[in-house]
Amino acid sequence: MNTAMSIGRPTDRPSAQPGRFQPQQPVETPLVQLLRPDGTLTSDPDFAPTLSAGQVAEMLRDMTLIRRFDTEGTALQRKGQLSLWAPLLGQEAIQVGVHAALGQHDHVFPSHREHGLAMLMGLPVERLLGIFTGQETGDWDADEVRFHHLNMVIGGHTLHGVGYAMAQQRDRQADAAADDGVSLIIHGDGAISEGDVNEAYIFAAAYQAPAVFLCVNNQWAISEPVERQSIVPLYQRAWGFGIPSVRVDGNDVLAVHAAMQWALDRARNGEGPSFIEAFTYRVGAHTTSDDPTKYRSKEETADWQIKDPLSRTETWLRSEGAWDDAQQAHLDQEAEAFGAQVRSAVNNVTTPRFEEIFDRVYAEPTPDLIAQRAQVLREVAAL
Amino acid sequence: MYAFNLPDPGEGLTEAEITQWLVSEGDEVRINDILVEIETAKSLVELPSPVSGKVHRLLVEVGQTIEIGTPIIEIDDGSGDPAMDTVEAAADRPEVLGETEEEPKHLVGAGPLPEPTSRRRPPVEVPAAQQEPAAVEHHGAVTTAVGKVLAKPLVRRLARDLGVKLSSIRPTGPNGTVSREDVEAAAGLGKPVAAVLEVSAATDPLAGHTAPIRGVRKATAQNVAASVAKHVHVTEFNTIDVSAMKSLVERLKERREFRGLHVSPLLLHAKAVCLALARHPEMNATWDGEAGQIQYHDDVNLGIAAATPRGLLVPVIKAADKMNLVELCRAINDLVTTAREGRLQPTDYSGGTFSITNVGVFGIDTGTPIINGDESAILAMGAVKRRPWVVGSGDTERIEPRWVTTLAVSFDHQLIDGEQGSLFLADVSTVLSEPELALLF
Repeated sequence: MNTAMSIGRPTDRPSAQPGRFQPQQPVETPLVQLLRPDGTLTSDPDFAPTLSAGQVAEMLRDMTLIRRFDTEGTALQRKGQLSLWAPLLGQEAIQVGVHAALGQHDHVFPSHREHGLAMLMGLPVERLLGIFTGQETGDWDADEVRFHHLNMVIGGHTLHGVGYAMAQQRDRQADAAADDGVSLIIHGDGAISEGDVNEAYIFAAAYQAPAVFLCVNNQWAISEPVERQSIVPLYQRAWGFGIPSVRVDGNDVLAVHAAMQWALDRARNGEGPSFIEAFTYRVGAHTTSDDPTKYRSKEETADWQIKDPLSRTETWLRSEGAWDDAQQAHLDQEAEAFGAQVRSAVNNVTTPRFEEIFDRVYAEPTPDLIAQRAQVLREVAAL
Repeated sequence: MYAFNLPDPGEGLTEAEITQWLVSEGDEVRINDILVEIETAKSLVELPSPVSGKVHRLLVEVGQTIEIGTPIIEIDDGSGDPAMDTVEAAADRPEVLGETEEEPKHLVGAGPLPEPTSRRRPPVEVPAAQQEPAAVEHHGAVTTAVGKVLAKPLVRRLARDLGVKLSSIRPTGPNGTVSREDVEAAAGLGKPVAAVLEVSAATDPLAGHTAPIRGVRKATAQNVAASVAKHVHVTEFNTIDVSAMKSLVERLKERREFRGLHVSPLLLHAKAVCLALARHPEMNATWDGEAGQIQYHDDVNLGIAAATPRGLLVPVIKAADKMNLVELCRAINDLVTTAREGRLQPTDYSGGTFSITNVGVFGIDTGTPIINGDESAILAMGAVKRRPWVVGSGDTERIEPRWVTTLAVSFDHQLIDGEQGSLFLADVSTVLSEPELALLF
């Protein structure tokens, strides 16, 4: 990878004299893009695709299944089977590109729209759906799945992720044979305005923690447009913290994968944190409780749908002779079956027992917790 | 038989209105086909079918507002239960085996009600429009298929707001959907298209179509009727030479402070009103007969009546009298943009203390405006036109073409007498005809 890319892309570094503050118009940088919206390849000075057509075909399959999962989630909410759903329509390429780049020991600290990544990492569908029926506590075994609690508190998990990365760093300092896992922290454009997220950047940079921040910039923090949160492009924010950053086309699965590979490698090699802004668009509503037509134009949404991540991938694969109608038909069938599986999985969501909330707070329960647990059981029994 | 209970499509909603059925009794539906469109306090939402099967009965009529959890449709999904036991049976029945997909349970919010039968609505009578045979022909245009009008929620809303019945429109959108343009054309807003059915127009003198009273139309009707009942309306007029105001608008446009802003006569009318209201506090007050008091307002919260895509709304500029001319201009600009984009929030049109309505934009000289809500007066701006005007005096008296407009102010005689109303109108007129005299205010 180009070593000149120490902080951001070489072409858009601020030109102020050292030590002088010189306000200037932010320079808009071209996105890192390898696959254009029309499905043709393009090149980037810093990043190159490293995937075979066969691997990309596998990614198209993953994106298609994720999209199906997501539309079923929205439909389940509309049928009264989920309390809420946070659609990820249009953001599939990020989750698939990330998944393909992750190492086998890397841990993910997700925001609330990462259902696709959860599915790819092996979290059972019913546990994820359980979050949205209000029954799942989210305390699955994060060591096993490496996909941590699906965070609803905007930005709160960024500190957990950096803390985990610092622990990974210390594990390796203590034991050279420790695994090479790093931490990927995913947050949205709205989270960048949260205080704890900025604290997470500071800690990650100060300790040179093996952390990667993935900022999914889908343009809208519920109804707040990204321009109202930052007058500089989001990836340039990272410079002030001393974190190298790059803005990538989030609807280009090849570019997401390449940039993520770069950032994970840096973390793994002890070069400290990186920041990737995945530039994308939330085609659907913020959640099923939201009506985006109240704050954005249908033209804007239509413009972004032209940049759809699935169609460009399919077009490219077909031009390479690596995808045909038979494969597409097979995939459609597979997605249909998967949709049915999702619909039936929602019936398998289980309600946790009351006392479970005490069981996994500490490895060994404290006397206080034991007393509280007993009290709750008495009160529940008396109901 | 599967009974679908109205789910909570938002978080914590208690009721919703059925705005459109997209299926009719007897239709075959598949899982995830859209059954119905509902409007909640938050948004218009389409509900997909939880099962595959044949629509047995629609249980709720369009236009009805019902509680979350009420059964709205019965679908014969092959499970065979008699229709009469719908809800309880569906909840207790063992799962269907074999190829059939497991029947969805109501897992959140909309579980079976304790007394489902008593809550069930009578079967829906299929609206007359849907019983009409398909392809009613008049000018060679094919109408929609019977009973199934396809349109996006926004288009449905537009149709409802404009009072156009969707089933009377010939769809030209993709896949036979009714498009926004179709609705606008049918409402006479777009270029005329022979799209609206003219069934029996020649024979029946009362032929036409009906539209339900609802939405912004309904709210507007209630508001104006309440206003007429509450206020004793008196309207006064004054015709003035506003040539100086016109040239001031042109000079302001060239100033740096107004770069990027749209400067219009409305801005100066708004400013003149704010200045004049400072001298006539009773025009900026609320008559509270029940409490036996008149409330005088400290701020001028200036309502600007606007024709928006949703209908007539009166968004409010809060504390307009505390703003300088640039701030006021920006506030008006922002408000116009927000209103045009249909993004006004309820807080944007509440709390007004005085309103301005501009019938002049339609080229109309003046009108008798209705006082808005709890306010006590309203100013109507007329069109600014070239008119012959007597200028000069004595030997130099002559007729010249000038920019002339007519102002109308309606006020509530309960708290404002002809004297105060007249003096107020005279003050507004002074500022608009001789803007430099605003220095006196």
